[in-house]
Amino acid sequence: MPEIVLHNVIVFLLLAAVFGLCRWFVRQPYWPSARRALARRRAARVSFIVLCLYAAVGILDSIAWRDPLSDDEGNRVYNAQGEALYEAVPLSVLDRLCTPIRTAHEKTYSAPLASTQLTMETVHLDDGTVVRITPPLNYPGRHLLGTDKVGNDVLFITLKGVRTALILGVFTSLIAIPCALLFGIAAGYFGGLIDDAVQYVYTTLMSIPGILLMVAFMLLFGRGFTQLCIIMGITTWTGLCRLVRAESIKLRELEYIAASEALGVARPVICYRHILPNVMHIVIISAVLNFSSLVLSEAILSYIGIGVGPETGSWGNMINNARLELARAPVVWWNLAGAFIGMLGLVLSANLFGDALRDALDPRLKE
Amino acid sequence: MTAYIIRRVLYSIPILIGVNVLIFALFFVVNSPDDMARTILGDKNVTPEAITNWKQENGYHLPLFWNTSAAGAARLTETIFFTKSVRLFVFDFGNSDRTGISIGDQIRLRMAPSLAIAVPTFVLGLLVNITLSLIVAFYRATYLDRWALVLCVVTMSISALFYIIGGQYVFAISLRLVPISGFDTGVHMLKFVLLPVAIGVVAGVGAGVRFYRIIFLEVLGNDYIRTARAKGLSEVRVLFKHVLKNAMIPILTGVVMTIPFLFYGSLLMEAFFAIPGLGGYTLEAINGQDFAVVRAMVYLGAVLNVAGLVLTDISYTLVDPRVRLG
Repeated sequence: MPEIVLHNVIVFLLLAAVFGLCRWFVRQPYWPSARRALARRRAARVSFIVLCLYAAVGILDSIAWRDPLSDDEGNRVYNAQGEALYEAVPLSVLDRLCTPIRTAHEKTYSAPLASTQLTMETVHLDDGTVVRITPPLNYPGRHLLGTDKVGNDVLFITLKGVRTALILGVFTSLIAIPCALLFGIAAGYFGGLIDDAVQYVYTTLMSIPGILLMVAFMLLFGRGFTQLCIIMGITTWTGLCRLVRAESIKLRELEYIAASEALGVARPVICYRHILPNVMHIVIISAVLNFSSLVLSEAILSYIGIGVGPETGSWGNMINNARLELARAPVVWWNLAGAFIGMLGLVLSANLFGDALRDALDPRLKE
Repeated sequence: MTAYIIRRVLYSIPILIGVNVLIFALFFVVNSPDDMARTILGDKNVTPEAITNWKQENGYHLPLFWNTSAAGAARLTETIFFTKSVRLFVFDFGNSDRTGISIGDQIRLRMAPSLAIAVPTFVLGLLVNITLSLIVAFYRATYLDRWALVLCVVTMSISALFYIIGGQYVFAISLRLVPISGFDTGVHMLKFVLLPVAIGVVAGVGAGVRFYRIIFLEVLGNDYIRTARAKGLSEVRVLFKHVLKNAMIPILTGVVMTIPFLFYGSLLMEAFFAIPGLGGYTLEAINGQDFAVVRAMVYLGAVLNVAGLVLTDISYTLVDPRVRLG
């Protein structure tokens, strides 16, 4: 029985939250027309498929378990207490699918689809002569994007970056959205002192440049995934909160809210039943559009040394490790190319899908 | 008008107090001076005496809010909150935790290189964005408009890191047109500033053109534009005279939105091009875990940001007399 790893649980909680949000969304009366509007746009269809592919890679990389340790004859290994022993590192489904490129280690750099190493080496031949050659690879022609400095397949590293970027974007949004909704609706609908307090808090937070707040936060709490998500959530929710507040103020003046109030519906119930559904589309649009800037920020933060830890595979870390590779001769471009393609695909499709979603859901914002 | 400016400036004081308290909470309550001492001294030489010594030397030995061992007003002033946080209001940043050098002196020294990059990037970026978006608005609903928009989305989906890495590779390493990195004063500054500014402008074009184009199209939908055309004015004249002038308010809003990105820009550019500015200073502080410097930079960034917001609000009243001074 393989051992399941705990961090999968978090990913599936995130997934459940996203799924719940989507399901709620699909049940809204405006969804059928929005879906038709989305389906009419080719950019929306293509970007949706690309996003699904990214999500599939991310999910495959999140289902991980540790294999039982076995000796050379294939028998299970037990410790003195008779408990089964497992491999130290869990492997995800993606790792298992990518075994041909994951385990194809080379010594150092090699160009995409090359059959020899990039750098020259001094080799002692059997007949005693010493030559300088570029030695042949262990797995010639197998590395679609070449190998990095320590001989790992770049395509595989790029794929491993997908999960990091997705979790970062989704987790951060799931921190920011509830905060923005709660405070934004409360400020907009109740007004008065609550409004003043909420406005004061978000104006203060917004007046600190986001990058500097992140720098301070990461310096104090150390590098790491959770810290990064929390601080990005803190810098993201303010903008969203302002939008929600402005929209709630508009809604407050509408007749159906006045009617509910006249009928004696409790004010929190009005917030939940009448205001929340009518600000949700704004939240979803900005969450999708924000997602891309979160992915871009992660790369920048990792580059300046305050992103996710260096042990986490991420595109920012890839760029960071490759920072001197264009200056060396011969040029090593494939590490950067891997991160570039990975990021561009995700960010571009999130942007395109976000634009299409905005046009479909909010005709007033239409360009 | 003067009364409005004074009121607007006064309004930003509670914000700065809030920022100050937040910074204090982050740096001294969440992260105690003991933690700081441990980080700075390193794991090897942590003894209780070393921590006490370090705190004594750097002024972190005082109580947070209320000094019971002092008398009179010193009960309030002989505290970390007063010496480290309240002093920020008068731009007394204290000394670096690592080197002991005065942070204020460093900031004055490094302000010029930062401005040499940030100001041209900001001004040129604005000009390029507005010109391009006017052109795109002029060709609205044509193929040019459509492809320009596609190009905008693609360029804004590329990380700024790649613009910098790519630009440095093409212009500095391959073509050798400009030095790879470094900084100089006087006339020689130009060759070091050229590439960072150009990259900064290009990296911002996508988002900028998209933003301003929507503004211009909104203005184009107004009745007075139709009237102007009916009078027989040329489209170019309509765009530059009527559209641009009436779009000033949203353009100013867009300008405010780019201010925070100047901080990103300065951090990245100064890191890549080894420019001895404030961004580079912040980066050194991050790598050296210099808490005092990071604290000072966060506060300074917030002050600059708030000042930018105040200036924009004042300029609203200059471009549009309808804006109420209430």
